[in-house]
Amino acid sequence: MAEASATLDFADRRREADQPHSLVVRFPASNPLRLDCGVDLGPLQIAYQTYGALNAERSNAVLVCHALTGDQHVVNDHPVTGKPGWWETMVGPGRPIDTTRYFVICPNVVGGCMGSSGPASTNPASGVPWGLDFPVITVRDMVRAQAMLLDHIGIESLFAVAGGSMGGMQVLQWAASYPARVFAALPIAASTRHTAQNIAFHEVGRQAVMADPDWRGGRYFAEGTDPRRGLAVARMAAHITYLSDAAMHRKFGRRFQDRDNPTFSFDADFQVESYLRHQGIAFVERFDANSYLYLTRAMDYFDLAGDYNGVAANAFRATPTRFCVISFTSDWLFPTSESRAVVHALNAAGARVSFAEITTDKGHDAFLLEEPELFTTVRGFLDGAAAARGLQPAAR
Amino acid sequence: MLTRIKQDLTMAEAARSPGGARIDLLVVADMVEPGARVLDVGCGDGELLRLLETRGVDGRGIELSREGVNECVAKGLAVVQGDADTDLENYPDDGFDFVILSQTLQATRRPRVVLEHMLRIGRHAIVSFPNFGHWRIRMQIGLGGHMPHTDNLPYAWYETPNIHFCSIKDFRQLCQVSGAKIEAAVVLNAWGRRMRLKMPWWFWNLFSEQAVFLLSRRG
Repeated sequence: MAEASATLDFADRRREADQPHSLVVRFPASNPLRLDCGVDLGPLQIAYQTYGALNAERSNAVLVCHALTGDQHVVNDHPVTGKPGWWETMVGPGRPIDTTRYFVICPNVVGGCMGSSGPASTNPASGVPWGLDFPVITVRDMVRAQAMLLDHIGIESLFAVAGGSMGGMQVLQWAASYPARVFAALPIAASTRHTAQNIAFHEVGRQAVMADPDWRGGRYFAEGTDPRRGLAVARMAAHITYLSDAAMHRKFGRRFQDRDNPTFSFDADFQVESYLRHQGIAFVERFDANSYLYLTRAMDYFDLAGDYNGVAANAFRATPTRFCVISFTSDWLFPTSESRAVVHALNAAGARVSFAEITTDKGHDAFLLEEPELFTTVRGFLDGAAAARGLQPAAR
Repeated sequence: MLTRIKQDLTMAEAARSPGGARIDLLVVADMVEPGARVLDVGCGDGELLRLLETRGVDGRGIELSREGVNECVAKGLAVVQGDADTDLENYPDDGFDFVILSQTLQATRRPRVVLEHMLRIGRHAIVSFPNFGHWRIRMQIGLGGHMPHTDNLPYAWYETPNIHFCSIKDFRQLCQVSGAKIEAAVVLNAWGRRMRLKMPWWFWNLFSEQAVFLLSRRG
């Protein structure tokens, strides 16, 4: 795999962790984030992006929660890669989450590597990157940090919280932790807990990172190494879980890459191999290996029912929030059965819930892609909720 | 014969109210108290739920077909994709004031279980269904010797989703065994019009094409 420009990426990533190209809020040590593991994290930094304008009543804020390898750059070019934002299909002027109508906020999760406090940030106590000294965080910690950010901005009540995958977990946690602050919740391709299979895939990824000799027990910044190979392999394995068998076959089949015959070597003969290698290389340019460990761990620990005596419905007891749960037919990582379990819990809690399963062969990643049925559903749900909230229709 | 069919079609068209809603849905909606919490099982494209929401009802729906669900959600209705036969058990006791099953009973696998869940989930159940005891259906089976075809039941026997037909008489018997008390019943004639005559059950069973029952738990 490519070694070129390693040092440049390395410096970029380090800088982005401490001084991101984003809005930043710094909470002093006197106002720490109380973590589930028992540690008080402070000082704390949260990096975030906003789009659109907050109305006078402060009633049109939509919190977008990003997925495992996402970040706060929802609809602007990425400061490190220069690529377009990760949810430009869903968010923007005239999009389902319409920025001419709603004020969209997306913070980088705590534990991330794009400017919110995480293992790549400088540990104020030592002056060097935290590495594995960073405390283990949970989805609930991420949500608590987001609530601190909203308190700081002065938004008491969110019109909506939306997100896919790990973002969807945060949406459910928001509804459970702060029901009065969430008018509408939109968890997409999510679940109330990580299954054994989900945890197993993540463990493969973490072991790939930790098996890289350049990982150095997580102290690669201090030792000047970069565990690119391990993180790339982790990404390759994970990427397979984001696609469906059908979509991969449609896209690649058994076609060869730039050749007509097998080379009888371990070169990337097949297009699918070449594609995965590219995904791995592109990922390590912008992501921190230790962050990958922390965030996968947070997802593994997520178990909403476990937090409420084994009954997920108890997490939503008497909730005033209206929900729209969405799954995809070909998603085998967070399959429809998991979303259905969310819906059953919400039904049992008497919540106002909509649930749509979108027909697509694009697998788990479908929430990031061009899916007209997904957009119609989200738009319809938000329009209905906006009418109930008394928000003005968008100027079309 | 052709004239007769044409006449039927015209009358069926006329069975839509001036507002455009189907009369059987209006009959169902009239049984629901304003402001009530309602679960519409098999809500289709959400026509009844929309009608109810204009009356200040807090409505939720379950629909089997993905197209129906997505259409409902896009209209801003609270509808989940699900199956009356398997998903009602996930709803808590007394979660709703009314649980409605509109033109769906005959398509369920276990009508009795569905009805019992409805009576458990809601204070009231409202069930509307095509009456298989109607004289034209009896004629088609008895004299024609074939499965009936009507405007309400347009499918061929080999592709109908309707697997559990019943007559009004049969339905009353189901209420008996399921512990349902009949609070009110409205029957509609071949043209979807309300039949207002005070008549014995056997008359309704013979002359009404559709029936709408308002039920509650007995005891």
